[in-house]
Amino acid sequence: MSADKLVVRNLSKEFRVGRESVLAVDDVSFSIAENEFVSVVGPSGCGKSTLLTVAAGLGDPTGGSILVDGEVIRGPGRDRGVVFQSYSLFPWLTVRANIEFALRGEKIGRVERRLRALEQLDVVGLGNFADAYPSQLSGGMRQRVAIARALSYRPSVLLMDEPFGALDALNRRTMQELLTKVWEDHRLTVLFITHDIDEAVFLSDRVLVMSARPGRIVQDVPIRLERPRRVEMQTSEEFLELKQHLLKSVTSTDPALAAGGRR
Amino acid sequence: MTSAPEITARPSTADAAVPTRGRRPGLYREISRGAYAVIAVCGMVVLLLAWWAYAKFGNTNPLFLPTPDRVARRFVDYAGGDLLTDAAASFNRVTIGFLLSSAMAVPLGLLVGTVRPAEAAIEPTMGFIRYMPAVAFVPLTIIWIGVGEEQKWLVIWIGTFFTQVLMVMDNVKRVRRELVDVGYTLGLSDVSVLWRIVVPAASPAIWDTLRITLGWAWTWLVLAEVVAADDGLGHRVTLAQRYLQTDTIFVALIVIGLIGLVMDQAMKVLGRRLFRWAERGNA
Ligand SMILES: Nc1ncnc2c1ncn2[C@@H]1O[C@H](COP(=O)(O)OP(=O)(O)OP(=O)(O)O)[C@@H](O)[C@H]1O
Ligand SMILES: [Mg+2]
Repeated sequence: MSADKLVVRNLSKEFRVGRESVLAVDDVSFSIAENEFVSVVGPSGCGKSTLLTVAAGLGDPTGGSILVDGEVIRGPGRDRGVVFQSYSLFPWLTVRANIEFALRGEKIGRVERRLRALEQLDVVGLGNFADAYPSQLSGGMRQRVAIARALSYRPSVLLMDEPFGALDALNRRTMQELLTKVWEDHRLTVLFITHDIDEAVFLSDRVLVMSARPGRIVQDVPIRLERPRRVEMQTSEEFLELKQHLLKSVTSTDPALAAGGRR
Repeated sequence: MTSAPEITARPSTADAAVPTRGRRPGLYREISRGAYAVIAVCGMVVLLLAWWAYAKFGNTNPLFLPTPDRVARRFVDYAGGDLLTDAAASFNRVTIGFLLSSAMAVPLGLLVGTVRPAEAAIEPTMGFIRYMPAVAFVPLTIIWIGVGEEQKWLVIWIGTFFTQVLMVMDNVKRVRRELVDVGYTLGLSDVSVLWRIVVPAASPAIWDTLRITLGWAWTWLVLAEVVAADDGLGHRVTLAQRYLQTDTIFVALIVIGLIGLVMDQAMKVLGRRLFRWAERGNA
């Protein structure tokens, strides 16, 4: 792995709600190497989404900065694809048109745009649904389209905020396999936010653990499981050990979780 | 948006002897289209009957409350006479006034809903003017520009424009932020986000706003015509009042109601065509 692609430098973010101020992210620093897959886990409300929003350029930091390729982020841009937690497809466009929409920024003709959209849909296994509307798809399918859309224009960084958070366990599993496969085939830099420790371990090269609010990075755990990742690995000794370790460090940051355990 | 009635199995007669448990929920329960139509017709018939009974036996002066059949006869007379001219005059006025107002309010609402400084500059003023009674502007408009067609348009404009701006602003603000954010992460400019995302996303709601405000535009039109006009349904009301023809007033009111209903339904149907995706629910 080569130079750092994405660098978070002493990032902090404070929200003002009326007279009170909430410190959501507190002096967070880390970096992600080119083509590295890094997950951030942490208790609810610890500032994970806030971190991702700043990286996407959709929110300004209160202090510190995020750099991509050595340049400070000031706003959103096509170099960074984003997959949001909630559904974010345009309901008035068909699945194919949703992806073509993202490709409008490329200097390619209509025909090529169409072909690339269809090709991208095949990658996520939705080739047969090109002409469906988002509302005709299940939650998992919609999220697949959102991923296809974010990948279609080949951003060098992919930012994902709990993209599978709303899915049931089975769908989630399928999507994780799909994402791993896509990533292993295409390779790009990924910042992945999740609640789910299994998911983080399965997908990532590194897992960062964030503490409860104000969010800080308390652990940085490399995941040296071999690639390509296979579902069977989830029962391997190594996997379970990593999981135990992360679980302990996440629960220790959050008194509520420590008492009740994860769902 | 109504959901399709569910298909439910009827309890078979064989089960009749088996005791049941649980109370069926009554609220929001769907009924068949046929049942809906029958009840709707019954509602109207009841109203007509009540009117007729009161006019006939309620010991009222027929000068004040004509019976439905007298109104119906008057309607036939009027339909053979000036009805079409009057209705056309009113229809034209309301269309022009409403289009003028909408053509200005929609772009302004889009701007005010998306650009905060524009909101600060405009919203409080609009909110203030909106509460000034449009009725009170009628004398002013006559002083300003006389009693020509423009004055009718102006009354309609005053009555609808300010509220339209605020409603469109609200429609625009309700566009899901994720959709806007997606646009920006795809590298779109502010103008492109507005045009390609905010406008389509808000358009079903804006269409509803137009539909609702069209109804109000009618009210303002009739007001303008009642005060000063040479033709139109509102004018007909004033004329009839002068000669104590309450039945004509009733006819005019019913015609106004009918035209309003037809326009409203037409917009509803058109909106459903234009925004099929919104009918299917949000994704
Ligand atoms: N726009 C905002 N205004 C005020 N406070 C906010 C805002 N956005 C986030 N916060 C606060 O910042 C903190 C971190 O929020 P954030 O959404 O980043 O958490 P999260 O880690 O993504 O949580 P979850 O796992 O539940 O999605 C929360 O306490 C939240 O209340
Ligand atoms: Mg979040």
